[in-house]
Amino acid sequence: MVKVVTSFGRSGVSDWLVQRVSAVILLAYFLFVAWVLLAGVSYTEWKGLFEATWMRVFSLMALLSLGAHAWIGMWSVLTDYLTERMLGSKGNVLRILAQLLTTLALFVYVVWGVQILWGY
Amino acid sequence: MLQVSIYRYNPETDAEPRMQDFQVDTGGKDVMVLDVLEQIKAQQDSTVTYRRSCREGVCGSDGLNINGKNGLGCITPLSETVRDNKLVIRPLPGLPVVRDLVVDMSLFYAQYEKVQPYLQNNTPAPAIERLQSPEDREKLDGLYECILCACCSSSCPSFWWNPDRFIGPAGLLQSYRFLADSRDTATEERLSRLDDPFSVFRCHGIQNCVNVCPKGLNPTRAIGHIRNMLLSRAA
Ligand code: SF4
Ligand code: SF4
Ligand code: FES
Repeated sequence: MVKVVTSFGRSGVSDWLVQRVSAVILLAYFLFVAWVLLAGVSYTEWKGLFEATWMRVFSLMALLSLGAHAWIGMWSVLTDYLTERMLGSKGNVLRILAQLLTTLALFVYVVWGVQILWGY
Repeated sequence: MLQVSIYRYNPETDAEPRMQDFQVDTGGKDVMVLDVLEQIKAQQDSTVTYRRSCREGVCGSDGLNINGKNGLGCITPLSETVRDNKLVIRPLPGLPVVRDLVVDMSLFYAQYEKVQPYLQNNTPAPAIERLQSPEDREKLDGLYECILCACCSSSCPSFWWNPDRFIGPAGLLQSYRFLADSRDTATEERLSRLDDPFSVFRCHGIQNCVNVCPKGLNPTRAIGHIRNMLLSRAA
């Protein structure tokens, strides 16, 4: 078995499942938001919608799904192209750097998103 | 005259690979790609190097990249591949070239070895063969016919990028051949060796493998079965 420490769930099955489930949640969320927007929504209605707890929870779920989905997706792209095999030993350095940046960005987005959802 | 272009490379003496052109008179016959190579080697340039043995699609030694698509030279007729009178022959992509059209298959075989491609059964051996019902035997159809030509794995992008960690379509097809065998008792051990993000899950279902297999096998389907076995084991 191939040893892996930087993937999201460290096992192929769990990464695969998380990737599928998060995709479904994201799809549902964006379809819902698109439907609300297309149906025509005023500022007060929009604000009211995001004051409802269920919408905040739904949004948070979508945000966390996005984080997990992007982590897994970026990880598999990075381990395809930024590798020792493709670029020599600097491949490892570049990949770890890119991974750190990805993780940092995702962390910032999630925290910021929580602040937006519960801050207003 | 058929315009043939062949990849030439000797890593020991050449700085880089080059394409060499030949004109071949096939006498208007629809011969196989391997026949064209044989004719060139016999009549024009005896240094052109390639592997072949059975010349009837059984041994799997002449996997080649023919006009951009992997296949066996010996069972690919010119009519199936030649357009505009041109035939371009390269080695299988993604594997190190030993000489001209001969590639080093070590990585491919190492992945094959990883799946332990032999029957494992730790129950006491019966006096006669281990029997199998016709239905169970049928489950091996479409799996056991693989001739290990590497046409599939060397057409798979996931295998190009991670040939040391992704088992690849050929290895996984054989892995499933033993997972599906009613006489094999090592299913759990086999699955636990596949449960990482690379060995199986690097397959993204692009189906290049299915598209090129000269035996008409379907590694993507076998990989799907393995994934389902891993999922139901984890659930
Ligand atoms: S289906 Fe999977 S194994 Fe086949 S070529 Fe695509 S990624 Fe490779
Ligand atoms: S699955 Fe088909 S293409 Fe792949 S090694 Fe076996 S015979 Fe060749
Ligand atoms: S020479 Fe044996 S498969 Fe082509």
